[in-house]
Amino acid sequence: MAELSASSTHAAVHPPGFRHQFEDMEQQHEAGNLGMWVFLVTEILFFGGLFASYAIYRSLYLPGFEAGSRLLDVKLGATNTAVLIGSSLTMALAVHAAQTGKRKALIFFLLLTMVLGAVFLGIKFDEYATKWHHGLVPGLKWAPDEEMHNNAPLGSVELFFCFYFFMTALHATHMIIGFGIMTVMTVKSWRGEFSPEYYAPIEVSGLYWHFVDIVWIFLFPLLYLIGGRY
Amino acid sequence: MFNFIFAAIADPWFGFPIKPEDASTTASSVDHLYYFLTALTLFFTFAIFTTIFYFMVKYRRRMPDERPKAIETSTALEVTWTVIPAMLCAFAFIWASSLYFRNSRPPNASMEVFVVGKQWMWHLQHPEGAREINELHVPVGVPVKLTMTSEDVIHDFSIPVFRIKHDVIPGRYSSIWFQATKTGTYHFFCAQYCGAEHSGMIGWVYVMSPTDYANWLSGGSKGESMAQAGERLFTQLGCVTCHVADGTGRGPVLQGLYGHPVKLRSGETRVVDEAYIRQAIVNPNSMPLPNYPPIMPTFQGQVNEEQVLQLIAYVKSLGTVEKGTAK
Amino acid sequence: MSTAVMETPAASRVHYLNANYGIKSWLFTTDHKRIALLYLGSITFMFFIGGSAATLIRLHLIEPTGALVQPATYNKLFTIHGVVMVFFFLIPSIPAVLGNFLVPLMVGARDLAFPKINLLSWYLYIIGALFTLYAILSGGVDTGWTFYTPYSSTFAHSQVIATALGVFIVGFSSILTGLNFIVTIHKMRAPGLTWFRLPLFIWAIYATSIIQILGTPVLAITIFLLALERLLHVGIFDPAIGGDPILFQHLFWFYSHPAVYIMILPGMGVISELIACFSRKRVFGYAMVAYSSMAIAVLSFLVWGHHMFVTGQSVYAGLIFSVLSFMVAIPSAIKVFNWTATLYKGSISYEAPMLYALGFIGLFTMGGLTGLFLASLAVDVHLTGTYFIVAHFHYIMVGGAVMAYLGGIHFWWPKITGRLYPDGWARFAALIIFVGFNLTFFPQFVLGYLGMPRRYAVYPAEFQVLNVMSSAGASILGIGYLIPLIYLIWSIRYGPVAGPNPWGAKGLEWETPSPPPTENFEEIPVVTEEAYAYAEPEDGSHG
Repeated sequence: MAELSASSTHAAVHPPGFRHQFEDMEQQHEAGNLGMWVFLVTEILFFGGLFASYAIYRSLYLPGFEAGSRLLDVKLGATNTAVLIGSSLTMALAVHAAQTGKRKALIFFLLLTMVLGAVFLGIKFDEYATKWHHGLVPGLKWAPDEEMHNNAPLGSVELFFCFYFFMTALHATHMIIGFGIMTVMTVKSWRGEFSPEYYAPIEVSGLYWHFVDIVWIFLFPLLYLIGGRY
Repeated sequence: MFNFIFAAIADPWFGFPIKPEDASTTASSVDHLYYFLTALTLFFTFAIFTTIFYFMVKYRRRMPDERPKAIETSTALEVTWTVIPAMLCAFAFIWASSLYFRNSRPPNASMEVFVVGKQWMWHLQHPEGAREINELHVPVGVPVKLTMTSEDVIHDFSIPVFRIKHDVIPGRYSSIWFQATKTGTYHFFCAQYCGAEHSGMIGWVYVMSPTDYANWLSGGSKGESMAQAGERLFTQLGCVTCHVADGTGRGPVLQGLYGHPVKLRSGETRVVDEAYIRQAIVNPNSMPLPNYPPIMPTFQGQVNEEQVLQLIAYVKSLGTVEKGTAK
Repeated sequence: MSTAVMETPAASRVHYLNANYGIKSWLFTTDHKRIALLYLGSITFMFFIGGSAATLIRLHLIEPTGALVQPATYNKLFTIHGVVMVFFFLIPSIPAVLGNFLVPLMVGARDLAFPKINLLSWYLYIIGALFTLYAILSGGVDTGWTFYTPYSSTFAHSQVIATALGVFIVGFSSILTGLNFIVTIHKMRAPGLTWFRLPLFIWAIYATSIIQILGTPVLAITIFLLALERLLHVGIFDPAIGGDPILFQHLFWFYSHPAVYIMILPGMGVISELIACFSRKRVFGYAMVAYSSMAIAVLSFLVWGHHMFVTGQSVYAGLIFSVLSFMVAIPSAIKVFNWTATLYKGSISYEAPMLYALGFIGLFTMGGLTGLFLASLAVDVHLTGTYFIVAHFHYIMVGGAVMAYLGGIHFWWPKITGRLYPDGWARFAALIIFVGFNLTFFPQFVLGYLGMPRRYAVYPAEFQVLNVMSSAGASILGIGYLIPLIYLIWSIRYGPVAGPNPWGAKGLEWETPSPPPTENFEEIPVVTEEAYAYAEPEDGSHG
């Protein structure tokens, strides 16, 4: 490959953000996308172990799981679901803004996504605080009131709450990481690093964000809606 | 025929044992399968090694710039060496599985022994009352069913001369069976790592003639049978206040219950077996009944696994003796 | 086709080793070749940690009452041996050292798809190793590398959480490495390099990477749950609240069975390269070998229950896992036959890499066939939990994977370092290793059938003779491993300078100088011929 000495000619040949292990931007873009998809597959398997264990115990201890589910706040859970779906919308709009070169819109939608993410985390924190108050945290403070578990076998209610906390905490951790990623993306957008030719980081961040949203779409009914109160 | 020859050579091989004695009805059939697999392994290993050696010598490089002609792939060869191993595998699978299947169910007339493993010893109870630690006395020629559980971690009860073993798991019962064919003294081992003294958790099986066994059983200290011990616990722990024989108690009648199916409040039907009774004792509200409020307290922590087995023996005895007056 | 490469003396030429100097240029490198060497150093270090544990184990087992340590210490020794060898040596070894070095070269790329993530992988390995070393130094861990509950979650009084964290972190190193390889192989092949022109080493790495990305996350979450259960004293494996300790085993083996294929598939890939080069022939049945690698990757996820035949799973589950376990043996058999057929009418030379490859084929065949004993339900009941298992997996892991790793290190050593090692010493060491290995592990098959359980610190006296034989073999094996350490290090400074292709091998990695420049190729090559195109074409044309 001929050496290009002048940096300006170099910039003309390769757009900003080009990484030299690749042959061209197209290869880089495809590799980045494939990389994120492969990573999301690993995340599916990561959560998958928890979902599989949940499925096994739920089939063994349905009354306890239903009793535990009824102790969750469906309204807050549903609100969080709407918030996350909304944030996926704003994320998709951010990607579109990047594709069409609209820097201000990009920053706006990224910030909006982060705000909605923060709302989600705030509501989650509130839920956790309530559970703590009621003594529903296995291992740390498990002292539920008699009426609360309604004669359901206590062991399996405790198992349910193990899953509730493990699964939602793992999800929340991914949200926090996503929050960090969005911060970085916002800063980079502010600095004008993205353009219609190079917006791959926004796109793969969007993929990650959508994935975290989808995990919640599965968590919400499995944890909040199995109480049979409808 | 081949198996007979192999067995004659193998046990022991030039005075050196390469397999345990076969002391049970199933041991030699396991050995035969083992010999077949060994022959298969040795044959293919030998065949591959010699072929490689032969090629290495015959096709060694003679000139430094030698360039052998390309050899075309042969589909016929690929198919052959896929199909033949597949058929050998199928043969081994069918043989091994049918043997396993046959050995998986204890004969109906089995004598029972109850085994509790705990770090780091084995407690064994005979229904007639004899209790042993790290020893198992059994009569020859009688099928014996071991029902086992653990007090703490996962153990494994392994008797090499019978070619059997099974994990011993807390919270549930596992069972294996054997029928000894030779009197003698044989090792048993814990075969699932269980902590510091795992390698000390070993003992002896004493296979005795039926007369010697009967003498052993009735000799020693006159203790109570498992069912009697269970009855004593039943009163001590207060079970008798709710589980009244005439049906006037708050809890279900246990007479004649053992072995019968019951329908739970959830709609599921379960058979009242050992596992059911254990669960009812340690976690009663996990399976509430339709006509009774779930007010039975749990006895987890108040009884150890041996005592649970005694209570189960008592409930079993109610089933058989009181059948005529069962509700 | 060959790119004309001038053989400039290494001293005057810039290549990846002398392009920059200083510790920062190594610790912050993104060059896949330097990262491979970082791994080589760390993995070798961990190998000798695990090997020291093995040495102590075999010394201790000379006496039925235990010659060296208390049982509690012995339990820590075999745990550490397992954890370090599995997670910090076998799983990374070929992918992280040879894979990292060779994948870009073999596909004709300048680096992997994500070089910074590659460096992150190495740092994750180091952090995981530090947690594990901390666990060793601050009291050790005694759960066995399998961490079975409830012993590990509730009863063990040792550094379980530190070790679990170490394994958790190094798992992410493995996942990211696999991710990098998959994207690189899919997206960065040189022009003309179609899938079926790829070297079989790349197919093997690709299949391995698929297992890595699908299986390791499940181990990660399982270990995480175990650590939480231990920390918070509540969790999903505790029978007291209705939890199931056997669920742990299902989750654990769902990863750990495919993991053993992570350990052996790359080795099989190396063997394909060695057999082809040292017989100067294309691998017989190339497509079948490639498909077999993929078949093994898929089937490996379906057989985990064969580790649990005596846990009380239903007879029907046993039947299903048994038949699948027989099935997964078939692709490996196909490969062994194809490698053997490659030798037919070849032009065979006996350099050390070839000796390792041939040893691999024989020992892997034995190890793999003894797996059939364990897939056979009725026989497995007798053999599980005994030394037969120990012998079986060591035949495959040591007789197979380690020999393949050593063969590969020797084969690509000139490319990596620009130096030749002394082949006479190498062949001698290979022989010592082969003899020592068999003497160590063959007696263990007999011990297993006789009924000696594994993980025993003390044992009945009638097992002593076989144990002493095994320990004697281990001492020979240990010496065998030290010899290459010495001459390979020696060769870096004093070995003869190697040209670009000292073996006359085919493959894009041999068409760059030894050692390669940082950017791998002056110009990205264009591939026009199949892999292993050793034979002269009949019509005199090329490709």
